[in-house]
Parts: sequence; C-alpha cells; structure tokens
Amino acid sequence: MQLQAETKHTEQSEFVSFTVAGQAFCLKITQIREIRRWQPVTVLPHAPADVLGVMNLRGAVIPIYDLSARFGLEQTAASERNVVIVVSVNEKPVGLLAESVSEIISIDPEDIQETPQVDSRNTMDFIQGIISQNDEMVRIINLNAVISSPEQVVQ
Amino acid sequence: MTGSILDTFFEECEELLEAMDAGLAAIEEGDQDPETVNAVFRAVHSIKGGAGAFGLDDLVAFAHNFETVFDDVRSNKLQLDEKLIQLLFRASDHLADLVTCARDGGEVDQAHHDVLISALGEYIDDEEEELVFEPMGVGAAFDPTPLAPLSEAKEASYDIRFHPLKEMFDTGNEPYFLFQALSDLGTLTVRLDDSELPGFDAMEDGESYLSWELTLVTSDSRSSIEAVFEFVEGLCELSISSEGEEEDDADALAALNAAFGLPPAEEESAVALPLELPVPEVADPPAVAETETETEVEAEVEVEMVPDVEPEKVTDKATGSKKDTAKSSGPKPTLRVELDRVDRLINAVGELIINHSMLAQQIANLDASDTRDVETELEGFKTLARDIQEGVMAIRAQPVKPLFQRMARIVREASAATGKTAKLVTIGETTEVDKTVIERLADPLTHILRNAVDHGIESPEARAAAGKEKGGEIRLTAAHRSGSVCIEVKDDGAGLNRKKIRQIAIDKGLIPENAELNDGEIDNLLFLPGFSTAKEISNLSGRGVGMDVVKNAVGALGGRVNISSTPGEGSVFSIILPLTLAVMDGMVVSVAGHTMVVPITAIVETMRGNDDMINNLGADGTLLSIRGSFIPICDVAGSLGLRSSSHNEPAGVYLLVETENGDRCALAVDDIHDQRQVVIKSLDGVCGNVPGVSAATILGDGKIAMILDPESIVTASSSAAVFDTDRRMNNAIAS
Repeated sequence: MQLQAETKHTEQSEFVSFTVAGQAFCLKITQIREIRRWQPVTVLPHAPADVLGVMNLRGAVIPIYDLSARFGLEQTAASERNVVIVVSVNEKPVGLLAESVSEIISIDPEDIQETPQVDSRNTMDFIQGIISQNDEMVRIINLNAVISSPEQVVQ
Repeated sequence: MTGSILDTFFEECEELLEAMDAGLAAIEEGDQDPETVNAVFRAVHSIKGGAGAFGLDDLVAFAHNFETVFDDVRSNKLQLDEKLIQLLFRASDHLADLVTCARDGGEVDQAHHDVLISALGEYIDDEEEELVFEPMGVGAAFDPTPLAPLSEAKEASYDIRFHPLKEMFDTGNEPYFLFQALSDLGTLTVRLDDSELPGFDAMEDGESYLSWELTLVTSDSRSSIEAVFEFVEGLCELSISSEGEEEDDADALAALNAAFGLPPAEEESAVALPLELPVPEVADPPAVAETETETEVEAEVEVEMVPDVEPEKVTDKATGSKKDTAKSSGPKPTLRVELDRVDRLINAVGELIINHSMLAQQIANLDASDTRDVETELEGFKTLARDIQEGVMAIRAQPVKPLFQRMARIVREASAATGKTAKLVTIGETTEVDKTVIERLADPLTHILRNAVDHGIESPEARAAAGKEKGGEIRLTAAHRSGSVCIEVKDDGAGLNRKKIRQIAIDKGLIPENAELNDGEIDNLLFLPGFSTAKEISNLSGRGVGMDVVKNAVGALGGRVNISSTPGEGSVFSIILPLTLAVMDGMVVSVAGHTMVVPITAIVETMRGNDDMINNLGADGTLLSIRGSFIPICDVAGSLGLRSSSHNEPAGVYLLVETENGDRCALAVDDIHDQRQVVIKSLDGVCGNVPGVSAATILGDGKIAMILDPESIVTASSSAAVFDTDRRMNNAIAS
C-alpha cells in the first residue's frame, strides 16, 4: 500500500499556479527560483510595454516582464498583491510579474491536455498545455517561448 | 602534470621575451652596460633550456643560433652595429613567433626562419661547435646558468624522521597536516617507511606502524620546523638533522631543548650527539626505533650533523635553491593568481560599497536622536571600503610596458613592409591600467600604429624634401590624466590630407557631395565604417576596417578616440579611457522622477539655469547662453522617452558635456543630488543595448539607476525620438 503511494508520488509533478489578468497560469515548481513581493522597478528607456524594467536581486540586475502584456492582454494594474516570480531562462534570472500566486498543485502527467487549436500563433507557442483543476482551466506556460534570453528588448 | 609544467614554461617564456625585448631596446638606445647584454643572453638561453626539456627542437635550434651570436657579442668578439641590432630584433621577433607556435600549434614561416638562421650564421664563427644539445631534466631546465647564491636567505636541507606514536592518533592529530605545514616552509620530499608494518595477521587496531622520512629544503630556521611539530610534542618520535646549517651544535641543542622543554639531565641519555652518531640512522630506521623504545623516554630528540650528504640530496637541494634564486632574482617578488579569483574579489568589494551606501541611507532615515557616533564609524567604514577597493583594483592594474613593447614590433614590421624608416619612442611605460583594458587595447593600438607608419610617415625621399630627418618618429605615450588614462600616438609625418579624405568620403557615398564639414568633422570621417584612404590594399592597413574597429573597441571600453592633425607636422591619435571598468565616479541626478547617474568624466560644468539664459531657436530648438556662447540644450527626459517634449517645462539644472568631436551640449535634468562612486553593472544579457544608457548601478536604497551615456543622448536628441512610455512610467512610479 505504502509502496504504491510512493510510486504515485514520483510520477506526479508539482506546479505553482498564479493569476495573470484574471486567468490561471502555472509553471513547473522546478523552474521557479523564488517569488518576491512586487517593488517598483527601474524603468528602461524606450522599452516595449511588456518590459517593465529592471530590479535588484541581491546585487544582480534582472529584467522584469509583465506576463499579461506579454500574452497580449491588458497591462497588470499595480497592486499590493502583485508578485514577481523569478525564473531562470538559459541560466539567467528573469522576473515575471503576476497578479497573485494561488497554490501549488500536483498533477499526473497524463492529466495534462494538449493546447486546443486557436487562431493566435503566439498563444499556441506560449501555452504548453492545459490542466483542469477544480473545474478551472490552468494554462501551463512554455517558459522558453515566452522569454528568450539574453534578449535585445529595446529595438 | 606535464601540461601544467608546460604552461609554466610558456608563462616564463612570456616574461623572458619581454626581458629580451627590453634589453634589445636598451642596447639600441646605446646602452653599453655588459649586464644588459648578459640579461638578453640569459633570457634567450633560458628559453632554449626550457624548450630543450620539452623537445621543442625548432625553438632550441633557433635559440641556439641566436644565443651563439649573442655570446660573441658578450665576449666582445662581435661589434654591435646598426645592421646587427636590426637582425637581432628580427631574430627576437621570430623567437617570439616560435614560442607562440609551440604553444598554440601552427606553422612558422619556414622561408623566414631559414633566412634568419643563415643571417645569424654569418655572424657565427666557423670554429663554433656544431649544435649539440642535450635535453636537461625538467626540474633544472628553466635556468641552467649558474647564479650566485643568495646571501640573505640561506637554504638549508633538513632530514626529518618522524614516527607518530599511537597516542598521537588518539588525540586526533593527522600527519598529513604536519607535512602540509612543512611544505609551506620550503620544498618537501616525503618518503614513507613501512618497514615496521607487521604481517596482516599480527596487525593491531589503532597501533602506529608507519614512519616517515622527510627532506625539507628551506630558508627558514630550525625553530620554525620545530614549531610545526609543537602540538604533537611527546606524541611522536622525531629527529631533525640538518645539512648546511652552520649553527653551533651546542646552540642547536639548546634551542631544541628549549623547544621541547626537556630537562638537561634526561637529554643526556635521550639525545644522540651528532658527532658520535653520523649517517646510519637514516639508512637504518628500525634500529632507531629500537633504541628509542629501549630508552623509554616519551619525547626523544636526535640531532644529526651530517657534513656530507648523499648525492641524491645534493641535487635536490641544488635545484631547489637554484629555482628559488631564479625566482627572487627579479626586481620584485610576484604572485600569479587566477584572474577569476581577483574578479570575484572585485565583485564582492563592489557589493561592499553598495552595502555601505545602503547602511548610510538607513541610518540617515533612522528616527534616532543621536546618530553622530554611528556616522563617524560609518565614515571609517567608507574609507576602509575605498581602501580595499583601490587595493583590489591595483591587483588588476598592470603597467602598459609589455603592450608597448609589442607595439615596437608592429612598427618594425610595418616599416620593413613599407620601406620607410620609423622609430617608436615610448613614454610612460610604467603607467598602470586595468588588465582587461590592456588586453583589449592591443588591437586598436596596432591599427593606429600601422596606419601611422603606412599613411602618416612619409617616404624617406618626401621627408628629405620637406626638410625632415630621414627616419620618422612615432611617440607612444601613456599617462594618467584626472581619473582617466590617456594613450597618445603621435607621428611626425605629413598630417591628415583633409582634402583627400573628404573626396574619398564623397566617392564612397559616405557623405553628400555638398556637405559642409569643419576640420574636426573631416578628421572624424576616418572612423566611418568602410573608409579607407589607401589606394591599393596593402598587407598592413587599408582594408578599410582599421579605424572604425579602433573606435568601436575603445568605445566598448568606455573610452573615446580623438584625432588632431597639423598639415606637415603630423597627427595625434589620443585614446582616453576610464581607469577601471568596475567602478566610476558619477553624478546622481533626477530626470522626470527617475534617479540616474551621469559619468563625471563626461561633465565639463554644471549650472542652475534661469529663464534669461534660455533662448529659443526655431520651433523647438533651445539654446543655453553661457558667458556669451550659445549651446544647444538637450532634454534628457525627452530624449529617453520619459516625457514628451510637448509639456516640456524648463528643467532646473544643466550639465555641460562635451562630445567626441568637441561639440558641447547642455543636458537638462531636474536636479542634482549627489556625486558618488558607483559600481557599474552591465546590462548585457539583461536587456541588451538601450539607447542613451551605458550600464546600470545599484544605489544606496537598493534601487537600480541607469548610468547615462551622454554621447548617445546627444545624438538621439537630434532625431528627437519620443515614445509612448509616459503612461507606463507613471504607473511604475505610482506603484
């Protein structure tokens, strides 16, 4: 019995779900370095709307992206509850602004559904798959498609 | 292992080649000192020796010829004349090439090699023995020339016999660490004596069976060896005997007794007196162990004074001391450290400085009645942090001498290829610059110097016609100038042909035909990509990549290049570089509510403006009048797209900056807060290149501030790019 439980546990992977522009998204927990409270960032001149600026992460300068704007949605409104999810893309830290963090969910890989065909090419690239969690749709972000670092953000 | 020895050899080669070049240059200057000739000879000889040990035959053969000629010079058999000196220079360049080839692989120019060999051969006496070279042992290879023994630090060899007792292991002592401590004192040879080891059946757990015989070659005194064993005193059987130590026997004994705290009476029985017991102990370890157990004294000391040692040890000692002599014969002792370690330290110090300003800000914000004491201490902290930072930067700083020496070669080759005579005069070789800067300066300097010879210096005939000396002179100068380094290349050639430059730029479509350019602007055309004045593409310069490469390379280092030229008298290229790449002095300003930093080096003057000083020109041009001259105003906020110029209120403060081509511009900012040292954080790999911004830094409150690049702001302002970033800015500020 115990053995069975363990096997089941190793098969599952854990995801952190969060809200961006009112929609539920998630990232694999192993992709996330840390989650920080939102602090005003330093604005980059001439930066596009989805690049908020840069932040000091213990002496390192890291770029912060607004996930919502990146997905082509409304810009995230400033709020106390906002968080910066620090992820690592090509071994470089990058901050992603989200509205709020929801919970950690364990998912069987079999429960991940393929992204249904939609018109937007971007959406197809950015979303790796979807999960049904408590009757709500949670979108799994394809991190490497969303952020390709190091990047020339200012054209 | 061989790899690392080989690396060491090549590192030493670099130094030797530098010494050789320096010596040759001195000889060319007319240095008659036989020691200079000797120094060059030694350098070549050492390279030959090392190369022989690694079987680098080409190198050995060439070095041998070179050295033979030099030997004749040394013994006054050959007279140094202009021709011979030029040959020696070429030979030294070729030797450097051979070393490079041996290190990186690749082929040397065989024809050139043969020409030089035969040219050198002409100077070699026929009676000179044929090349016979026997590779030497690696250990003795690097400098086989006998050197005078050092007088101050005398090397002595100690034989140490060490047998830990069981109790020593009980107390957690470890022989390894003792040996490690010994090896810090000098060259240590360790031999394990396992003769006491019983058969496997008879072995008892926890018993100590092993002994060690150690040979230590050190310049430290006996007492420092004893100090190593201080903690295991009474827990081991130890005997230290020395060779070459001229200490009085009685003194040595007394010192030992003192060190081991033995009462004199016991010592009589325990200490085997040196003269009575010579060599055998070492040769017959079990016997020693026996006698020791018999006497049943806990700590036993045996002193041997052995005047003659086994040949094996003699060589050990000889090579050991020779190596040390070779190392300490340089002007100053140096330490080779991986660059990586220094950089880690530099980063840590950068953090320390940021940390300090954070602390200072926190304390300033503190609602405490009396913070004076804390502030005094904090001031001390600041001074210390600066000291550390300067110290660390000094580690990275290196004199430009090796770089300049390499440049001498460039000029030699360039003049040989063009048939011109040019001489390089270097000034300020001891000027120290950050290592990275030196490394990255090599290419731009090479381009400038080649151009100077190729385009700057006239042909000997033309020079004679102009009433100049036949040989051209190029001055390469390095100097520190108010927080930056200035490197100048000055030739006494014809100067820039501005008319020709302008025509070429028009022909190549780089500028419109009717362009009105002043002299400075014409000179700067040289830096345009694709510009080349050479009619034919020569080997040396004239591929049209030269000068814009120079500009980019220097720009990447945070510096700038200036040209000035006087027709008939020559041109000057000056490269102005920041002292370090890690820290800079900046002025903290606010721009549309954002805190930013402007490099102090760019600022000529700051001033608070009032309406009287501002003059409108056309629809949107504004000029600042300063002491009768009018200078265009550039609104930093507008240029960065932080505020649209439509609701452009007159900013309060103006920073007067000077651009590369000497134009002045007044940067309008809202306010100046502070002037302080900031740590430069590159934005490469974070967000790429941002127009108007050169890097970022972290301020005292932990926030990031952009370091502005005045040059590109001024350029951008002319195209007046306004982006719709306003709303987002306000968003960010509000949150």
